[in-house]
Amino acid sequence: MSDKSKQSNRQKGDPETTGHSWDGIEEFNNPLPRWWLWTFYACIIWGVLYTIAYPAWPLLKEATPGILGFSTRGEVAADIAAVEAANADIEARLAAADLTAISDDPALSSYATNAGAAVFRTWCAQCHGSGAAGAKGYPNLLDDDWLWGGSIEDIHTTISHGIRNETDLDARWSQMPAFGEILAPEEITSVVQYVRSISGQDHDAGLAGQGQQVFMDNCAACHGDDGTGDRFQGAPNLTDAIWLYGGDVETLTATVTNARFGVMPSWADRLSAAEIAAVASYVHQLGGGE
Amino acid sequence: MSSSDQPERLYAAREPIFPRRVSGNFRTLKWWLMALTLGIYYLTPWIRWDRGPSLPDQAVLLDLGNRRFFFFMIEIWPHEFYFVAGLLIMAGLGLFLFTSALGRVWCGYACPQTVWTDLFILVERWIEGDRNNRLRLHRAPWSLKKARLRLTKWTTWLLIAVATGGAWVFYFTDAPTLARDLVTFNAHPVAYTTIFVLTMTTFVFGGFMREQVCVYMCPWPRIQAAMMDEDTITIGYREWRGEPRGKHRKADGAEALGDCIDCMACANVCPMGIDIRNGQQLECITCGLCIDACDEMMDKIGKPRGLVGYMALSDEGRERAGQPPKSVWSHIFRIRTLVYTTLWAGVGIGLVVALFLRSEIDITVSPIRNPQFVTLSDGTIRNTYDLRIRNKTGGDQDFHISLTSDEILRISLEGTDQLVVNVPADETYLQRVYVSARPGSEAAEAERVDFRFWVEAIGGTERAWKDTVFHGKGED
Repeated sequence: MSDKSKQSNRQKGDPETTGHSWDGIEEFNNPLPRWWLWTFYACIIWGVLYTIAYPAWPLLKEATPGILGFSTRGEVAADIAAVEAANADIEARLAAADLTAISDDPALSSYATNAGAAVFRTWCAQCHGSGAAGAKGYPNLLDDDWLWGGSIEDIHTTISHGIRNETDLDARWSQMPAFGEILAPEEITSVVQYVRSISGQDHDAGLAGQGQQVFMDNCAACHGDDGTGDRFQGAPNLTDAIWLYGGDVETLTATVTNARFGVMPSWADRLSAAEIAAVASYVHQLGGGE
Repeated sequence: MSSSDQPERLYAAREPIFPRRVSGNFRTLKWWLMALTLGIYYLTPWIRWDRGPSLPDQAVLLDLGNRRFFFFMIEIWPHEFYFVAGLLIMAGLGLFLFTSALGRVWCGYACPQTVWTDLFILVERWIEGDRNNRLRLHRAPWSLKKARLRLTKWTTWLLIAVATGGAWVFYFTDAPTLARDLVTFNAHPVAYTTIFVLTMTTFVFGGFMREQVCVYMCPWPRIQAAMMDEDTITIGYREWRGEPRGKHRKADGAEALGDCIDCMACANVCPMGIDIRNGQQLECITCGLCIDACDEMMDKIGKPRGLVGYMALSDEGRERAGQPPKSVWSHIFRIRTLVYTTLWAGVGIGLVVALFLRSEIDITVSPIRNPQFVTLSDGTIRNTYDLRIRNKTGGDQDFHISLTSDEILRISLEGTDQLVVNVPADETYLQRVYVSARPGSEAAEAERVDFRFWVEAIGGTERAWKDTVFHGKGED
């Protein structure tokens, strides 16, 4: 650095400099604009008042609560309470409504469908899918095939008490025996071919003929002589195109050998009466309701 | 640079402006335009227009709650918002056209900032007197009289401002109902907030900020330069005629002087506080008041009018040489203005055609793709669609829903055995529609089948269609 850099280029009338000099380039010490400075002070005052009024300073367990008592959690609770209060009337109507009459009342039906869709996505979609199309072992609720009945009352009962659960005494109950311990492997092979024959799939006619007798002796009690099932026992219709676990030989053999035991929880204790009515009417209008 | 130690101020404080009263052709035109524009603004929401029992009877209504925009016989639905966009584009192109032909004519005559400032200056003059009185009052120390005049002026401004903010909200809901609610304090808080905000902006912009809005806040003056050229007709001072300026005293050798007598009339009437003799400048809104002031003065001293006047820069040389300027039309008709006119008219014609071609029914189809298809117990493959039907016929209407396809597809509606739905007047109706293919049919096995939904107004001639896709089981 030469000595020249220390010489100031300040002219008369120029503002003070900050005293910093970089290769002779100096920085004017212009005052802050008043409006900016006052805004800055106002922000400081605002900030202090804000930390007093609202939750702010982190302490060991939790932050200072603030004298206004505001919390985001409280705000959400208030929002929820406001929505619930606004819906209280129609919820009460829905809970008291005759299930079959809901669809005749446009306001009630619209509320039930929309509220039911929300309940469905929260509680039912995990097994039945967000589009209610089900999955292997979890029934598709869009089609016209119902294990325990597709009227809105049947759906309501199924949702309220569930299926084959231990918690609800009113749960729908039935149990298919594991025929692997009862029938010989050849009998299972032939009855599987018979089931494929009555559901219109490719099959070995000879084996199917033998399987018919096995079916009549072992299966018809629940699935019916013609194999169309029995909704009182949740016994599936074996003649249609819909298979809960699969209609191929391998899956059918596994089903006959080991049996199936699909469980659905009871919702009566977890959902309100109005919520159950809503989700029942939502499921009923998905396209398969009877 | 001053010799004091005080640094130069970085902030340019506003020089107060006290425009003098003036009369003349342009002032008269501006009075008429003020009456017209304010009249349109304040009265439009009160015009009634019968649309039948189920629709509002306000001629111009932006019904945000029900998402409808009513403009006399035209009703705009949210999905037709391109009409509004088109009108805005037309407004923009129209502004370009006028600017390239006539300079800042919008700023000088029709801009709300100009109109309301003009109104506020009028009020100011009624209460505090003309330029000299106002100057004197401005310089006078605070006294009872000054306080009285100022309070009267501010109160009047505030009343005008409240009326301005108040008129705005009437465009958004039924005006008579809202007026009653406003007076009885039953109106929605949003209405009061809007009125308050617009009252304050009107009061501050029209009363105190005035030309600063144009000079510092408005982007339009900056953009306008791009539309103007030497053929644009704008206000200028004919300095070849006026200079050298000076008081016409015989002793000073009046013969050697130009026509400008340096009376400052043009500068004293200017609401922007500029001197037009300095040439075109950013602040000039071309309001024409300096022309009136100068013409008045020229008449008094027996010189021809037009020392300050509308002119095109390209005429300067001709005028300097004493030749007559080219005709106004030869300035206005040039490629730039023709292009703007063509674009403007093109959008306008497009909108009018679209307005007449639009159907009274309109459908949208949302295929439900979760799942893509459902297998029914007999093996039928079924797809689901949400069909939204908008009924713009003005009355309740039955619609027949059908489909056309190369493949055999069956259609059914959720909740009804029929293929007819009733849609209430002026509503959008959501109907779930099932389309199914027989087991084993080509459509059931195909990956996709194109088909078309038809919606027909029963007893009417209107029908609408939408193409969509049916998904079968695919190739697996």
